[in-house]
Amino acid sequence: MDTQHPHHPQDQTHPDAARPVLEGPDIARVLTRIAHEIVERAKGADDVVLLGIPTRGVFLAERLAVKLEGITGRKTPVGSLDITMYRDDLRMKPARALGRTEIPGDGIDGRLVVLVDDVLFSGRTIRAALDALGDIGRPRAVQLAVLVDRGHRELPIRADYVGKNLPTSLRETVKVQLAEEDGRDAVLLGVKQTAPAGEQ
Amino acid sequence: MSKILIRGAKVLGGDVQDVLIDGETIAATARKGEIDISGTGLDAGDATVIDAEGQILLPGLVDLHTHLREPGREDSETVLTGTQAAARGGYTSVFAMANTFPVADTAGVVEQVWRLGKESGYCDVQPIGAVTVGLEGKKLAELGAMHDSAAGVTVFSDDGKCVDDAVIMRRALEYVKAFGGVVAQHAQEPRLTEGAQMNEGIVSAELGLGGWPAVAEESIIARDVLLAEHVGSRVHICHLSTAGSVELVRWAKSRGIDVTAEVTPHHLLLTDELVRSYNPVYKVNPPLRTERDVMALREALADGTIDIVATDHAPHPHEDKDCEWAAAAMGMVGLETALSVVQHTMVETGLLDWAGVADRMSHKPAEIGQATGHGRPISAGEPANLTLVDPAYRGEVNPAGFASRSRNTPYEGRELPGRITHTFLRGRATVVDGKLA
Amino acid sequence: MMRHLISAADLTRDDAVLILDTTEEMARVSDRPIKKLPALRGRTICNLFFEDSTRTRISFEAAEKRLSADVINFAAKGSSVSKGESLKDTAQTLEAMGVDAVVIRHSASGAPFRLATSGWIDAPVINAGDGTHQHPTQALLDAFTMRRRLVGKDALGQDLAGKRITLVGDVLHSRVARSNVDLLHTLGAEVTLVAPPTLLPVGVEHWTCDVSYDLDAVLPKSDAVMMLRVQRERMNAAFFPTEREYSRRYGLDGERMAKMPEHGIVMHPGPMVRGMEITAEVADSDRCTVVEQVANGVHTRMAVLYLLLGGNEPAVSHARPTDSENK
Repeated sequence: MDTQHPHHPQDQTHPDAARPVLEGPDIARVLTRIAHEIVERAKGADDVVLLGIPTRGVFLAERLAVKLEGITGRKTPVGSLDITMYRDDLRMKPARALGRTEIPGDGIDGRLVVLVDDVLFSGRTIRAALDALGDIGRPRAVQLAVLVDRGHRELPIRADYVGKNLPTSLRETVKVQLAEEDGRDAVLLGVKQTAPAGEQ
Repeated sequence: MSKILIRGAKVLGGDVQDVLIDGETIAATARKGEIDISGTGLDAGDATVIDAEGQILLPGLVDLHTHLREPGREDSETVLTGTQAAARGGYTSVFAMANTFPVADTAGVVEQVWRLGKESGYCDVQPIGAVTVGLEGKKLAELGAMHDSAAGVTVFSDDGKCVDDAVIMRRALEYVKAFGGVVAQHAQEPRLTEGAQMNEGIVSAELGLGGWPAVAEESIIARDVLLAEHVGSRVHICHLSTAGSVELVRWAKSRGIDVTAEVTPHHLLLTDELVRSYNPVYKVNPPLRTERDVMALREALADGTIDIVATDHAPHPHEDKDCEWAAAAMGMVGLETALSVVQHTMVETGLLDWAGVADRMSHKPAEIGQATGHGRPISAGEPANLTLVDPAYRGEVNPAGFASRSRNTPYEGRELPGRITHTFLRGRATVVDGKLA
Repeated sequence: MMRHLISAADLTRDDAVLILDTTEEMARVSDRPIKKLPALRGRTICNLFFEDSTRTRISFEAAEKRLSADVINFAAKGSSVSKGESLKDTAQTLEAMGVDAVVIRHSASGAPFRLATSGWIDAPVINAGDGTHQHPTQALLDAFTMRRRLVGKDALGQDLAGKRITLVGDVLHSRVARSNVDLLHTLGAEVTLVAPPTLLPVGVEHWTCDVSYDLDAVLPKSDAVMMLRVQRERMNAAFFPTEREYSRRYGLDGERMAKMPEHGIVMHPGPMVRGMEITAEVADSDRCTVVEQVANGVHTRMAVLYLLLGGNEPAVSHARPTDSENK
């Protein structure tokens, strides 16, 4: 997910390297809207389970859970779903450390699972997430919420809830920063220096 | 046979001299330039001239401990290939160990090896007879018959196995006195070395390989020098490998016990740290020991406590080394690298000069083994068994160039100094410019 | 990068902690209805067992299958090996059949190292126990068990700093002891070996641990005691006089166990020789982690297999200097 290339200092120093397209307050507003949409489309959201995809999808899912509670007054189960071992590019990169999969106590069988991720790009991460879900249980339905949809899908996958549609070229990079991990909230649009595609 | 004039070599590393070979013997030695093919001074006539500027002339080397494998294991070495390897290593005489198949424990087998040596023509082969029948340590072999045979065996050894029964050892030591023989002991207490794979110490503890304690060697040496003293015999100890063994031999000699001892080139250079690679090319009997042992062995060879260098040339086919450690055969080839290792470990460290090398690798081994005509001084009238060494040469050991049928050298790719340029066996060149003649 | 897992001594602290952390994730999969992950789909792993060890083989096999690898089991007994085929030929034959990794158990110390470094095959090699040398996955599963019991479940990122671990028994012939001493030291634990002097290797004084001959003195200072198996045959080789004397001096019974701190655990790599090094009372007590170790073994091996084989290169670095490998 990280589109920064630490070995290219231009990414850090070039003024045009990364331009914020969403700032902290924008992100908060967007999440509030998504929470309302979930409640509306899920008719009260009483069987919703939020599963964030590590790393930043988990923070977004937790934030959404807080917002949902604010709307419905009930706690929404929230967990995480690591998709590392389900990736289709597992063998193209060094073996990766695993993220945490934490399924809420009551499981996902018969529930409406809302997958939460930061950026929707090729769709391959979500494909992997659907496979992972299949090994864990059988939800009533699965929906997808993303903070940013940057286009360039390679699979027939679309998001149910989108914070911001961000048309990009493949030369551009999109990076989401969240306070829990990065110390601040922002979505940054940058220009790729080298390196092949692969980020989201 | 025509004459050969070796011009300008440093004889035993000392004076620069010309040496004229006529037929099988050294005809003359003189200061450089005094022998002249043009007729002034001593007349060399139509001698072939070898320009030996900068080279060292040594007496042909004598190896008291070689495994030629024939009969029985011709896939690893034959008398022919083994003697060719010996010639390339500067040797003019080798003593062939008895652990062949069948074992050289009868007059018939030793005569066969002796005859094969004669036929090879590269190096004199003196068979060693087994001490006990089948090397089994139970019953004396017909030592007298082997001595009386055409092979004229004077050295007896069960090498590869230890004559561990004290009574058998005592009897053997006594018995060979009748014809001036000597028993060469492979000192390895068998019970202490059951399942042993490498030197017992820090490295074996880590690698989980069965330990081969120094005391397994030292206890036998201690016993055998005392036995030799008791019965008034002489005893030769094969391949000393530990500092403790050195101390025991030093003590025995100081006591006047008639003991001689050998060290292999590999024990002068390599340590058990190499076993960390689990590469069986470093698997050898006795095992590679520690740095401290290596230093003690060098010092002992320098001060004469250890009398000679012997190669323990032990050829093995590739498949016997290309396997896991425990399954691998023990031993290393050594004839073609021995002098280089000695130059590296003893000469270049200042421990031994070239005259000392001639003593430890030619004079003394010939004397211990009674190799007639070998290990003689380089002077007029002596047999022309000679070796010419280029000490300035530096090169990586490349086993592909070996004459030996086997390649199990621990020095592959290692840079070692010195190169045998010529070897002469009774006036005939067996090696010319480093190649077999 | 480390392609192979040959010795616990090759692992850095960070490598080891990464494996333990990954093991935690693998352990969670076992709670799911479908205990399977697709990480090694399409990869073929050969369990090459030159020495009988049903439990280690089954543990590896379970780990491989849970990661969706194709598994080939090769037991040397009754195979071409018993007809004299060499390790090299066997390994090359298997590789020619398209094996992506080899898990090897061999009675000869160093056989996995040879297989990994001699250029015989290209496939990664995982040591499942070699002679009296190493058994790195056993050490990892032991460390995982200790971390869970002594530091806490889900102690991600943490090592065993300051934990006092005692290994008791036949250290001389034990690959488990060697692996554990190496790994536990790397993880910051303080290790003490307790054994009769005959069952300690010459050179043990250079190991990164303490040595004692007195079990009773060490027990009160032990957060974990690992009892090593003592084979009865050792008695015949004069390593100790009788089974009874061994048990009296070095066996763990209920009375002795009571000398341990309350939180202290008793471990055993199995198979246990009840009545010899451990009494039934201890083996069946709550403090004994034997069964837990078996379960953790599968998860640990899943973690190792995933980290070595899950990508195009391993996620574990190599502590051993490369020049110690053969060319």
